[in-house]
Amino acid sequence: MNPQFRTCPDTGLVFHRPAENLIKANAIAATIFLAVGGFLGLLVALTRWPAIQILNAQDFYTVLTGHGIVLLLVWILFFEVALLYFCSSVLLRCRLATPRMGWLAFGLMLIGAATTAVAILQGRSSVMMTSYVPMPAEPHFYLGLILFAVGALIAVLIFFGTLVVARDERTYEGSIPLVTFGALTAAIIAVFTIACGAIILIPTFLWSIGYISDIDPLMYRLVWWGLGHSSQQINVAAHVAVWYAIAAIVFGAKPMSEKVSRGAFFLYILFISIASAHHLLGDPGLSTEWKIFNTSYAMYLAVLASLVHGLTVPGSIEVAQREKGHSKGLFEWLRKAPWGNPVFSGMFLSLVGFGFIGGISGVVMGAEQINFLIHNTIYVPGHFHGTVALGTTLAFMALSLWLVPVLFRRELVWPKLAQWQPWLFGIGTALQAFFMMGAGTLGVSRRHWDMAFTGSAFEWAYPGMAYTMMALNGVSAIMAVAGGVIFVLVIVGTIFLGRKMDVASEYSDAKPEILRGPAESLTGHGHAGLGVKGFPAPGTFVLAMFLLLIFVVYYFINYGYLASVWKFS
Amino acid sequence: MTAIHPPAQKVWWKQPVDRIELVWIGIALVWCLIMFFFMPFWHVYGEQNYSGEAYRVPPERFTEKVNEFVEQYTVRHETDRQIPVVRPPAGSDIYLLGRLWDWYPILELEKGETYRLHVSSTDWQHGLSIQPININFQVLPGYEMVLNITPTEAGEYAVVCNEYCGILHHAMLSKLYVVDNSN
Ligand code: HEM
Ligand SMILES: [Cu+2]
Ligand SMILES: [Cu+2]
Repeated sequence: MNPQFRTCPDTGLVFHRPAENLIKANAIAATIFLAVGGFLGLLVALTRWPAIQILNAQDFYTVLTGHGIVLLLVWILFFEVALLYFCSSVLLRCRLATPRMGWLAFGLMLIGAATTAVAILQGRSSVMMTSYVPMPAEPHFYLGLILFAVGALIAVLIFFGTLVVARDERTYEGSIPLVTFGALTAAIIAVFTIACGAIILIPTFLWSIGYISDIDPLMYRLVWWGLGHSSQQINVAAHVAVWYAIAAIVFGAKPMSEKVSRGAFFLYILFISIASAHHLLGDPGLSTEWKIFNTSYAMYLAVLASLVHGLTVPGSIEVAQREKGHSKGLFEWLRKAPWGNPVFSGMFLSLVGFGFIGGISGVVMGAEQINFLIHNTIYVPGHFHGTVALGTTLAFMALSLWLVPVLFRRELVWPKLAQWQPWLFGIGTALQAFFMMGAGTLGVSRRHWDMAFTGSAFEWAYPGMAYTMMALNGVSAIMAVAGGVIFVLVIVGTIFLGRKMDVASEYSDAKPEILRGPAESLTGHGHAGLGVKGFPAPGTFVLAMFLLLIFVVYYFINYGYLASVWKFS
Repeated sequence: MTAIHPPAQKVWWKQPVDRIELVWIGIALVWCLIMFFFMPFWHVYGEQNYSGEAYRVPPERFTEKVNEFVEQYTVRHETDRQIPVVRPPAGSDIYLLGRLWDWYPILELEKGETYRLHVSSTDWQHGLSIQPININFQVLPGYEMVLNITPTEAGEYAVVCNEYCGILHHAMLSKLYVVDNSN
């Protein structure tokens, strides 16, 4: 048998060779799909820039379908599989359960993604990632998605299996780390998500080959969003786990309170909207009570959970910084943070952008009546580029910039260029989100080739401001794509050209040392004497209150505008 | 112990919580509850709601109803394609059909009057988007959505389709007129 484990001399992490190889493979596949999807995104944004309109209508709808699927599904899921293996095998110093099945999962995901990509490229499956029935796609469009989902499910099961092995073989003491707990949250939600995907995509596939005559469009939307929405909850759990991980890696930050942070993750599991009602607020056929209850479960506890992480992640950084002596005033801890380190700046921009842009806009448009002002406008892509591009993607990029050198034992190439990466991608994406939300507020549709309505019997002109915003969206997209290109270059460059690290890290047969659990015998919470008036992280608290203020004001501005439009009931 | 290590205490759930976290959870929870209660509140006190009224309808049946409606109340035709403009009596049931790739017919309504608007699709999903006021609904084949609408401002409005419905989705545009008869 080959020697199986190596200990990283820089980080102290322990790598199981098969896990390491699988992490590498999944992360590389993810990066390739990110590059492809980002290129498609650029084409989409340049087409929606009215003065440029680079693609014709048919190509636009094809490319937009590809952009949505390749990024939202393929890039994110490949990366999340790598993350699950990392959070189980590496963080718990445990062998990965059934590595062979890991390669099967990888193969299925690759074949599935390729099958669907071919279907899209052939041009007769331009149905958007949502593939709402009864608009048909080719059978292999659905088949590819199903194979991909089966692969992802196997990967999730391997994650669970590895947790079981780690516990059985006692590779760690005490409870699993918070980051692994976050990954566990994501994995549990993933099972529910993939089940919804199977329930809706398998019948749709059978329908596309003629075995089922009819699929109800409302039922389709209900179940499809059980997939589409919960997968976003996976992303949130995963990128919050990444935030905690980066806070630990860069600052050695401890969670302010394990109980609160774990409790917040647990809320994600309990309160994922079972039927993802907020996607169906403008639909006929569902009762008002159903919509109001299911969009909020009477108290928005999943939102509460994100608000809690929004405090505890930067709060833990603040505490760590204050302990190091950066404790002047409210914000010295932030000023003295390593802004030139892309791992930190990427993580922090992801956190701020997710909260202020993606988070606020998402909850506001999930209010039943406000949704009528926003449903299907380009505000919606504006919102979710704030969550899934700025939040999830940027967090994953930041983690990669740390993880890839560790995995490949090579130094990051072009560190000066890498410093720019999070800023270009983060600010570019934030501006994109902002301009799309602005144009959507002025009524511009999403998934729409031509806001000037060429070929229609009628004419209608959106306000000049809407045109300006769509042009500025194009400019911001170029900036974001520049950040994306730098990311791909730096990652690929590091893998192939990065200087090999001096200290070797050899594999050995020895069983890794047990991951020590409770080392400190703390009684209190250990933050005594920090911060102001029993608030160990006062700066973070002020920032959180600022977020809440904007949130509240923006919420009521929207209801205020709603009150001025036509009456309907 | 950091977030990538096991918690410092075995029974981590007994560790006391900082006051800052408790205060924040309290404030955030209050806001979450306000957001929840605001939705039913608006159903009672707000004037922009959808009651959820909808019926299942076979596409052929809906087309019949639309045709009947058009025959009865057409006042003129517009564009080369002779699209009917329909002027129904105030307070009546009115019909709008979304199909590849137009909205049929053109409605001419009176300011301040309330109509029962029935909307459906006979083919794929569409998005009913009235501009520039920017109100938006999903239109599903097989479902007849009923909205009581009261235009409050006279003028010429656009009816846009904002759910992707195929290659001419971006050309699916129509008009809606609101006239002021009070003076
Ligand atoms: C810098 C890179 C990006 C650019 C320039 C970009 C641009 C755009 C634009 C302009 C749209 C709206 C098109 C429309 O509705 O007419 C769009 C849609 C979308 N984008 Fe991106 N995007 C980028 C990155 C991402 C990332 C990283 C993700 C996901 C992780 C993502 C996921 C999506 C999805 C799911 C849609 C909706 C597709 C649909 O309506 O079916 N994008 N993108
Ligand atoms: Cu349409
Ligand atoms: Cu359309």
